[in-house]
Amino acid sequence: MEKIIYMDNAATSWPKPEETIKAMAEYSHSIGASPGRSAHRMSLDAGRVVLDARESLAELFGVKNLLRVVFTKNATESLNIAISGLLKPGDHVITSGMEHNSVMRPLRVMEKSGVELSIIPCSPSGEMDPDDVGRSIKKNTRAIYLTHASNVTGTIMPIAETGKIAREKGVIFCVDAAQTAGAIPIDVEKMFIDILAFTGHKSLFGPQGTGGLYMAEELEKEICPIMTGGTGSKSESEEHPDFLPDKYEAGTANVIGIAGLKAGIRFIRSVGIETIRKKESELTAILVEGFKSIPEVTLYGCGDAKKQTAVVSFNIEGMDCSIVAMALDEEFNIMSRPGLQCAPAAHRTIGTFSAGTVRLSLGYFLEKDDIQAVLSAVEKLVQR
Amino acid sequence: MMATKTCLVLLFDSTSEVLLAEKLFKRAGISYKIIPVPRHLSSDCGACIRVFASDKKRARETLDGVVDIRDICPID
Repeated sequence: MEKIIYMDNAATSWPKPEETIKAMAEYSHSIGASPGRSAHRMSLDAGRVVLDARESLAELFGVKNLLRVVFTKNATESLNIAISGLLKPGDHVITSGMEHNSVMRPLRVMEKSGVELSIIPCSPSGEMDPDDVGRSIKKNTRAIYLTHASNVTGTIMPIAETGKIAREKGVIFCVDAAQTAGAIPIDVEKMFIDILAFTGHKSLFGPQGTGGLYMAEELEKEICPIMTGGTGSKSESEEHPDFLPDKYEAGTANVIGIAGLKAGIRFIRSVGIETIRKKESELTAILVEGFKSIPEVTLYGCGDAKKQTAVVSFNIEGMDCSIVAMALDEEFNIMSRPGLQCAPAAHRTIGTFSAGTVRLSLGYFLEKDDIQAVLSAVEKLVQR
Repeated sequence: MMATKTCLVLLFDSTSEVLLAEKLFKRAGISYKIIPVPRHLSSDCGACIRVFASDKKRARETLDGVVDIRDICPID
C-alpha cells in the first residue's frame, strides 16, 4: 500500500491506536450486550465498560463526579443539548466569530424563536479578547458558547479568562472542545467550564459515533434532553428520568464505540497529553515556518504553534483551494480538507469567505518527514 | 455462604449508580453481589446490590456523598 500522509485529523483522527481497534473487537467478541438493561453478567460487563469510560473522561477533564459525564454520538449532539435544551425566548447569548456550524446553526435556530445573539468579533488571525465578552454581558445573558480552538486556524481561545468572567457574572459557560479534548489539557474547574461538549473520534482516538457532554451540578434541572425514551432505569414510569446520565442517554448506547474510546483515552494517558501536545506543536511549527518561507503561500491564523492546535490553513496564490487539495491527494498522497470546513463565521473573520482555505490538520502519528513532504509538495504546486 | 447470613438489598436509580457503587465496594473490600431487582421491592427492571446486613454501615459510609442509595431493604 502506498504511504498515505493523512492530514485531516481535525475532521477525524487516523490512524487510531491499535488499542482502540482491539478493544472494539474484544467487546464485540466477548461482551456485546446492552448496558443497564438487565443484571446478567454480559449486560453488567457492558455497563462496566461504559462506566470505566466515564471515569477516564472525568479524570481527563477534572470532573469530580463521573456520573456527570454523559455519552452522545458526537460534539454536535452535545452542543444541541446545551443550546436548544437550555435557551428560552427572551434569553441573550454570546458566542464568537470563530465558531463551527455545530454552534452557529443551533444558535441561529434559537434566534428565530426569540433568543438574542451577540457574536464577538475576533481579529483576522482568529483571536478573541475576553473583555469583549465581559462588555457584552447583559441582564438577560443566559450563556456563553465558545470554541476552545478554531477548526479552521487552530487558534486557541482564552477559555479560562472568559470562564472567569462568566462565573463572576453568573452566566453559564459552555465550551466546544471538539478540536481540543485529548490534544490540550482541559480542567473544567480551573477553567470555570459549566458545560463541556466533546467528541470521541478526533484527539481522543475513539471511533466515529462517540462523543459526550459534561455539565455542572444542578444544570440538568435547567436543560431539557433532545431525546427521551428507554434508559433501563425507572422502567415503571412513562416519565423520562431527571437524573444524570440517564436524562440525556435515551436508547441503547454505542458501547462498542465507547469501548474504543476508553482505549483511546488509555493510550493518551500512557503517552501523556503533554507529550502529544509537544509533538504536535513541534510538527505544526515546522509546517508554519516552512509556509512562511514560500512567498506564494498565504498562511492564516496566528502563525505561532504555541498559540494554536495542530491545524494549519493556507492558500496558494492564484489557485483554487479545491484544486490544491485534489492535487495533494492524487499526486502526493496527502489528505487535506479544502473549503469552509463547516465554519463560515470563522472564514468571514479571517477574510476567506467564500473561497475557503486548504486545511492541513496534523496528528500524533505523523513525523517530521511527513511535514517536509507536504512542504515539498506545496513548493512544487507553487511552481505551476 | 452468603445465604446463611442476613442480607440487605441496596436500590439505586440507575445501573450506572449500581456499577459505581460496585467500584467503590471493590476498593473498600466490601462483599457484595449484583442481582436483578426483586419484583416485590421495586418494579424497576434493573440491577441492585446485595450485601451482608452486618456491612450496612460500612456500605453507607463508602457511598456517602458519591452515590445516592434510593432504598435499603431486607431480603430473605
